[in-house]
Amino acid sequence: MSLSENTTVDVKNLVNEVLEAYPEKSRKRRAKHLNVLEAEAKDCGVKSNVKSIPGVMTIRGCAYAGSKGVVWGPIKDMIHISHGPVGCGYYSWSGRRNYYIGDTGVDSWGTMHFTSDFQEKDIVFGGDKKLHKVIEEINELFPLVNGISIQSECPIGLIGDDIEAVARAKSAEIGKPVIPVRCEGFRGVSQSLGHHIANDAIRDWVFEKTEPKADFVSTPYDVTIIGDYNIGGDAWSSRILLEEIGLRVIAQWSGDGTLAELENTPKAKVNLIHCYRSMNYIARHMEEKFNIPWMEYNFFGPSQIAESLRKIAALFDDKIKENAEKVIARYQPMVDAVIAKYKPRLEGKKVMIYVGGLRPRHVVDAYHDLGMEITGTGYEFAHNDDYQRTQHYVKEGTLIYDDVTAFELEKFVEAMRPDLVASGIKEKYVFQKMGLPFRQMHSWDYSGPYHGYDGFAIFARDMDLAINNPVWGVMKAPF
Amino acid sequence: MTDKLSQSADKVLDHYTLFRQPEYAAMFEKKKTEFEYGHSDEEVARVSEWTKSEDYKAKNFAREAVVINPTKACQPIGAMFAAQGFEGTLPFVHGSQGCVAYYRTHLTRHFKEPNSAVSSSMTEDAAVFGGLNNMIDGLANAYALYKPKMIAVMTTCMAEVIGDDLQGFIANAKNKDSVPADFPVPYAHTPAFVGSHIVGYDNMIKGILTNFWGTSENFDTPKTEQINLIPGFDGFAVGNNRELKRIAGEFGVKLQILSDVSDNFDTPMDGEYRMYDGGTTIEETKEALHAKATISMQEYNTTQTLQFCKEKGQEVAKFNYPMGVTGTDELLLKLAELSGKPVPASLKLERGRLVDAIADSHTHMHGKRFAVYGDPDFCLGMTRFLLELGAEPVHILSTSGSKKWEKQVQKALDASPFGKSGAAHGGKDLWHLRSLIFTDKVDYIIGNSYGKYLERDTKVPLIRLTYPIFDRHHHHRYPTWGYQGALNVLVRILDRIFEDIDANTNIVGQTDYSFDLIR
Repeated sequence: MSLSENTTVDVKNLVNEVLEAYPEKSRKRRAKHLNVLEAEAKDCGVKSNVKSIPGVMTIRGCAYAGSKGVVWGPIKDMIHISHGPVGCGYYSWSGRRNYYIGDTGVDSWGTMHFTSDFQEKDIVFGGDKKLHKVIEEINELFPLVNGISIQSECPIGLIGDDIEAVARAKSAEIGKPVIPVRCEGFRGVSQSLGHHIANDAIRDWVFEKTEPKADFVSTPYDVTIIGDYNIGGDAWSSRILLEEIGLRVIAQWSGDGTLAELENTPKAKVNLIHCYRSMNYIARHMEEKFNIPWMEYNFFGPSQIAESLRKIAALFDDKIKENAEKVIARYQPMVDAVIAKYKPRLEGKKVMIYVGGLRPRHVVDAYHDLGMEITGTGYEFAHNDDYQRTQHYVKEGTLIYDDVTAFELEKFVEAMRPDLVASGIKEKYVFQKMGLPFRQMHSWDYSGPYHGYDGFAIFARDMDLAINNPVWGVMKAPF
Repeated sequence: MTDKLSQSADKVLDHYTLFRQPEYAAMFEKKKTEFEYGHSDEEVARVSEWTKSEDYKAKNFAREAVVINPTKACQPIGAMFAAQGFEGTLPFVHGSQGCVAYYRTHLTRHFKEPNSAVSSSMTEDAAVFGGLNNMIDGLANAYALYKPKMIAVMTTCMAEVIGDDLQGFIANAKNKDSVPADFPVPYAHTPAFVGSHIVGYDNMIKGILTNFWGTSENFDTPKTEQINLIPGFDGFAVGNNRELKRIAGEFGVKLQILSDVSDNFDTPMDGEYRMYDGGTTIEETKEALHAKATISMQEYNTTQTLQFCKEKGQEVAKFNYPMGVTGTDELLLKLAELSGKPVPASLKLERGRLVDAIADSHTHMHGKRFAVYGDPDFCLGMTRFLLELGAEPVHILSTSGSKKWEKQVQKALDASPFGKSGAAHGGKDLWHLRSLIFTDKVDYIIGNSYGKYLERDTKVPLIRLTYPIFDRHHHHRYPTWGYQGALNVLVRILDRIFEDIDANTNIVGQTDYSFDLIR
């Protein structure tokens, strides 16, 4: 059992104490990103989506990570070139567990790393010529590739390369979409701008230049899953529920997705968005341009799943609505059994969350379903609209931290001693050394899926195994 | 729709079982046929076969531009690793912030340890105006929050492309009181578009030594009996550095490791998080100037650093990740020569035990064909050890390998009858290696976790013996250097060979006559 002591902490005071350590200029800036949630507040009361302060150990990544790593990388039948020096593609190689089905190296390339491996001469003389050659070689060695994206690394935008011209020329030459993405890592303040740029590239280079497949036959029940990266199979355990209620999922964006699915998306009756942060842009665009409504849903934990299934079904006819009730009823005994098994072991346990796009709010009710409490939460790269959407998930007194620094998070956790910290790989071992159970909530700690009813059983089991492992009990030496 | 669900509270199915259930299999099939617009199964099978052919190999080897699954990272991660081997040292990476998140993640996934480093978080405006303010504020914040004893500055390619001047920026930041004037802030320019992580390692070690030893040549620097040792970028550093210190203890030699990450990357879990632990102290780093000699365990990690040591009047010796009997012999003889002390009897005894173990097991390795890939020095050390075991290194590949390196590998191969079928492939990547293995089959692959894709495709078993190892735990805690390390490597190779034989002889009534109890 966890050794955590759940003592009452004056959180407001704690924030001020932690801020004391900063030089004055940085203290003022950081103070705006930390808040204790007040009753009746209209949002979380923190500033967001602004530059990280130098030298503080932000946990954020970059625009390239947001585009190649998150949005584009999972499109399995395309090859995504990490254009620039070798590192970016190397570090992000197979890093996110975006599951897919395919013959890797033959008709799918999700767990491979393609780079133009810039050398000094490419920086000095420009890399466009090399890029031409890279694309030719890819098309020759991987003839079944359905499209190519060029994921720009920092130098590309600094040396003035014209990757758009290369993309146009090569696309005409090989007869396949070649998509330039200006996701240089120095753009913006976090991964977030990379998501946006990647969305815009789909708008400008997929929607504007290609058409839905000619033989695609629409039905009144066509929907898409937007913003599910299929971490550990999340999109699959979501898709199965949508199909069970009688809908047809015509595209997955982008986990286990294909170029054809992107192209056919304008045929959807409604776009269903899971990760709002990373893909709301394209949903809004499709609403404007193609008149396709979009709806946010949440497939974490049975309360939210049932609510979301009903909300989704409400957009369709009575048959779908009835099906939704049947599906909810069908899974209820399994949900009840999971809660009966795990809730007694988890009830009252306190959790502090710090992750990325949607999870700092979306997973909250899944914890609540197990009787657990959230005492702190925050986002790496949220915007104000995310914090507005967070407020109703969390209760008064919750500590909110935006773009938290390693220093702050360590101090907050040390003082508040939650029973579980739910964050990322860079945080994991810090808190385990402190004797705190931890789950990675980006990669599901190599487990998952966590979406859908099937995923909830795994989620509950994982929280139990983290918190109730005997290792925490032997941490202190008896001598 | 049946009412029976696959998932249950009693027996929670994980992804590797859940998605094989019939309802998911049907869903996958439907997605594929209705929505993916992929290629026909026949076409995929045809192309798949083609990728295994000589024809494909020729096209693959004719590549001039695209690099696919390389065995190299970029300079700053090597520089970061080097800096983290010094006591209380916080790496400060000047440039875009995402890079640092990547380096920390990569190192953490291998060592299963926290990894601390900060970024100067440069964005568009800094790209235009330069990152001086980021340096000034960043050093002040890092110093105030994380209380390091030293901040080691390196660069991302963004800062290099815009030409930020570290020396000037650091001086400027000190003038603005970001850190005290006498606070050590060594630096290295580490452009990602030159060399790889091993060059970054070299640059940072040289940067730190330069900070404490001064830049000027001084061949008459007074000397002590101490010997310095630079391990290089090594995924097994936790086990290896401790083994080196033990060996030095047996010898009675004063051996000073320059950049020792072994404690920093292996902290205990006792309720206290140590942001810094162990490492070469600043005093030790200063004193190391007076060592009579500096040994590098990895030549290609220390090209410039060793030259610098020479300019301080030190004798230098370089190895290529020495492993196995003769590799260790050479290291110990060098220690003996430099220290004037004989190799101790205790180590001679360990040697005898290692040779005994090899003799006990040699039948299982003799003539087995291996592919080896990784950093240049690792490949050389591994090749030599395999030759010594009577195994045959066939494909030896390193994306960071140069022409000079290829010659070194060839020389090692030429020196043994077991090297006849071997060839070195410098500047090539794991997609080349895939072609090599399909067209000229080997029995085993030695590499890192990325090799599991080669194992899946070619069905050749993989032995993980170099960085990064993400999907197996704790191997890095055991040494691969010294006679004890060689024994560990031997056991890993043997275990894989025996597991492979068992896996191929376990069908009841068909192949299990060879499912031997005794080997």
